[in-house]
Amino acid sequence: MRRTIGIGLLVLLGATARAAADDLDELLHLLGERHHGHVDFVEQHFLALLSRPVESSGELIYDAPDRLEKRTLEPRPENLMLAGDVLSIRRGGHRHVLDLKANPQVLPFVESIRATLAGDRAALERTFRVEFSGNLARWTLLLVPRESQIAATVSQVLIDGSGNHLRHVEIRQRDGDRSLMTLRDHSGP
Amino acid sequence: MNARRARVIAAWLTCIALAAVVVGRTRYVTDLSAFLPAKPTPMQRLLVDQLREGPASRVILIALERGDATIRARISVAMARRLRLDREFSGIENGEPVSAELDREFLFRHRYLLSETITPQRFSAAGLKGAIEETIAGLASPEGLMLKSLVPRDPTGEMLQIIDQMSRIAQPLTRDGHWVSADGERTLLVAQTAAAGSDTDAQELALDAIRRAFTAASGETAAAVPESRQVQMHLSGPAVFAVAARATIQHAAVRLSIASSVLIAALLLVVYRSPRALILGLLPVATGAMAGIAAVALGFGAVHGLTLGFGITLIGESVDYSIYFFTQSAVRTPSSAAPHSWQRQRWPIVRLGMLASVCGFASLLPSAFPGLAQLGAYSIGGLLAAAAVTRFVLPELMPCDIAIRDVTPWGLRLEHWVNPVRRLSVAALWGIALAIAGIAALVLYQQRDTLWNRELSSLSPIPLSEQRYDAKLRSDLGQPTALDLVVISGPDLESVLRGAERAARALEPLIDEKVIGGFDSPASYLPSLATQEARRDSLPERPILRENLAQATAGLAIRGEQLAPFLDDVESARRGGLITPQDLRSTSLAAGFDALILHQRDRWNALLPLHAAEAAAPDIDRARVRQALAGAGSIGAQLLDLKNESDALYISYLHEAIRLSLAGLASIVVLLWVALRTPARAARVLAPLMLAVLCVAASLSLCGRQLTILHLVGMLLIVAVGSNYALFFDAPRRENDHDAALTLASLSIANLSTVIGFGLLSFSRVPVLEDLGMTVAPGALLALLFAAALTPRRPAGTSRRAQNSD
Repeated sequence: MRRTIGIGLLVLLGATARAAADDLDELLHLLGERHHGHVDFVEQHFLALLSRPVESSGELIYDAPDRLEKRTLEPRPENLMLAGDVLSIRRGGHRHVLDLKANPQVLPFVESIRATLAGDRAALERTFRVEFSGNLARWTLLLVPRESQIAATVSQVLIDGSGNHLRHVEIRQRDGDRSLMTLRDHSGP
Repeated sequence: MNARRARVIAAWLTCIALAAVVVGRTRYVTDLSAFLPAKPTPMQRLLVDQLREGPASRVILIALERGDATIRARISVAMARRLRLDREFSGIENGEPVSAELDREFLFRHRYLLSETITPQRFSAAGLKGAIEETIAGLASPEGLMLKSLVPRDPTGEMLQIIDQMSRIAQPLTRDGHWVSADGERTLLVAQTAAAGSDTDAQELALDAIRRAFTAASGETAAAVPESRQVQMHLSGPAVFAVAARATIQHAAVRLSIASSVLIAALLLVVYRSPRALILGLLPVATGAMAGIAAVALGFGAVHGLTLGFGITLIGESVDYSIYFFTQSAVRTPSSAAPHSWQRQRWPIVRLGMLASVCGFASLLPSAFPGLAQLGAYSIGGLLAAAAVTRFVLPELMPCDIAIRDVTPWGLRLEHWVNPVRRLSVAALWGIALAIAGIAALVLYQQRDTLWNRELSSLSPIPLSEQRYDAKLRSDLGQPTALDLVVISGPDLESVLRGAERAARALEPLIDEKVIGGFDSPASYLPSLATQEARRDSLPERPILRENLAQATAGLAIRGEQLAPFLDDVESARRGGLITPQDLRSTSLAAGFDALILHQRDRWNALLPLHAAEAAAPDIDRARVRQALAGAGSIGAQLLDLKNESDALYISYLHEAIRLSLAGLASIVVLLWVALRTPARAARVLAPLMLAVLCVAASLSLCGRQLTILHLVGMLLIVAVGSNYALFFDAPRRENDHDAALTLASLSIANLSTVIGFGLLSFSRVPVLEDLGMTVAPGALLALLFAAALTPRRPAGTSRRAQNSD
């Protein structure tokens, strides 16, 4: 009897696991159908070094398949443009170019969002172990960096949302610092 | 007789032996020294030093193409590892973060001496507050987060400031930690040779080392990944060009020399029908070539490859002498039956023609352009030797039983063709000649603005496609493509670094105004001691800094006590020493610094290459830059525009060459006037030559060819070769029909050999040789035709054919 329950549980567990995998595919498919996105963001950084969080805000623009632009307007203007493997940072009159493959520690901060928006499961799983929970109406993705070099800085990324909208992106760093980004549909034109 | 023969031959052999010793000991160069003026202005000196020894001249660009990017990256790493062990190279960069850690550590340790924001105000309470607020705001960006751990030691963000300063210097695109081209199709490496760019031998060794490293590296990689065999390497840069140019010129010179020698030998064999005569006939040529090189070696200390290339030209000239000798003297005609009749009757004509050529080439000797002066010395030495051997040695060596074809029948047939022209009246002939000259002059006048090519690159043996490829690699590597350079000269390193800093302040506004895109400066790597000292003096004593910091952090998200490491670092910087050039040695920054500092004898030069505002519009508004530099005060800053300066140098050579050629022409006129005694005869001799030169120049111009300095040399050669024709035609007043026919035949054979020699040259891919061939081959032919046509008619009764037709 116990064994039957046990087997039943296992079957049930397997079914949920399969369901989760199916849900992840379905979610990513849903997200991948959006080729363009433009949202406002507010980001709070909680750092041990600081007695209160630093808050920044701006816009996030996504264009399929691999362009992600983060325009920070407050507290000081900065432009991050991710295209392919290249991250360009413009601040003041200066422009830096970072090669993601040479600077993998930056990956969790940008690739997590881009690959999710693109619905690119392969890209997502190249960098992270992905766990889906919830349902399509209210879902959460837990991303854990695979490579030790990345995991040394970032322990996990949590993304939640509903349907094809992202709500929050939380990046937890190994040293306990974390940032929480809240996304809202772009209010402007 | 035998004693005389022995003496002559002994003297000749001695001369050859001496010349051989000189030739064997000579240094052969192919660098740009041929273009270095003998007495340069300081600007020209700087220009040529830049081209010869400047950092740009030592750079070899390496591109790996084809195959997979990751395989290319592996080969790049393996190559760099090998080459870094090679003493031929002072630096190998491929974007690998080999020294990045060391560099970062160095920059961070010296941040209070390197950061441009360091002033006393920076450490006041207000200054600290502003800087720390900025740093806290920066923590919101991924870049700020990367520097998060540095905040307790560097709360004012000097490290970020230094990174910004350094990012002014363009960096190539990096993929997988390796430099790649903008399109990602090429993996790039940059090698800097230890030897100067002008040391072509060393550059060739360096190129070989790179090729070996590539073969070994791709072999290594191929063991694991067979596809790596697909990867190909392409090299570019001044060293590659110099080595290729030398090889091209040498190969072309050798190949064409062999080809024209074979063809001319075949021609002469057909003409002489005597292998012995053929071999004897080449003696003046060989002696002339040897004497020419020896003359240059003795006069200039080194022979330029370019000069050697002209060895061919001497074949065309000096072989004529022996052709005249054999065809005109070996045949026992009634009038020349007596021994030594050639020496008596024809040698004076050949000698006068030779002297006219020597006059022409002597005009090149005073040229400030050593390439041209060498050519003059080479030709004079060669012609004198070839003529002397023809006159004195050949008659002694010629066996009595030698049988050479009598070419008189050919001459008679040729006369038959020329006669209809000669039947025209003198007035008609000269009328036609003047008309042709007028048309040619008109064409030249109409094209006067575009007649001459004013770019030094017109002489470059490097194909345009290679030059474009080089420019592409340079733009991929973020190297300045615009060849504009601000040069600050001074007596010591400190003074030029101070000058560079002042120039940088003057240039800074031009970046915002989009006049320039940016600039590199040695002071970005190593500020002057004065600047470093001023920055160190800005650092307050510990108690004051602690007090200011407490005030600054009041109300901020960061607490003063967290910044204790900052107080320690500032204190140690305050007590620490200044950065010296030796301190840079341990980092990769040294290579960047060395590339921008040129030390010669007692002069130091700081170089600030300017980047164009837009890659699409590489031209920089130089007036604005000069104006800005003038505003910076007397720091000895000059804007050196490499392309225009080198073109200006070339134009000055061209103008000088035109002047000298005209002087040479004048001296030929005087010589002929004196030798022929009447101006009318001199004019008759010169007219066909001038006509040929005008026609060739006009035709080249009509064909869209812009004339270069080598075309000018070619025109000089037309006059040199053609003067013999005109003189022979001028002389035969006392000749009979038979002799006249023999003269015409021998001149035609000589002409044919010249046309073969130079005609082959015009197929060369080396522009300098091609220009020469295209000028001389048609020019010599025209000179002969015009000289034959304009020959004065002999008095009636001496020409049977003329009588018959009358």
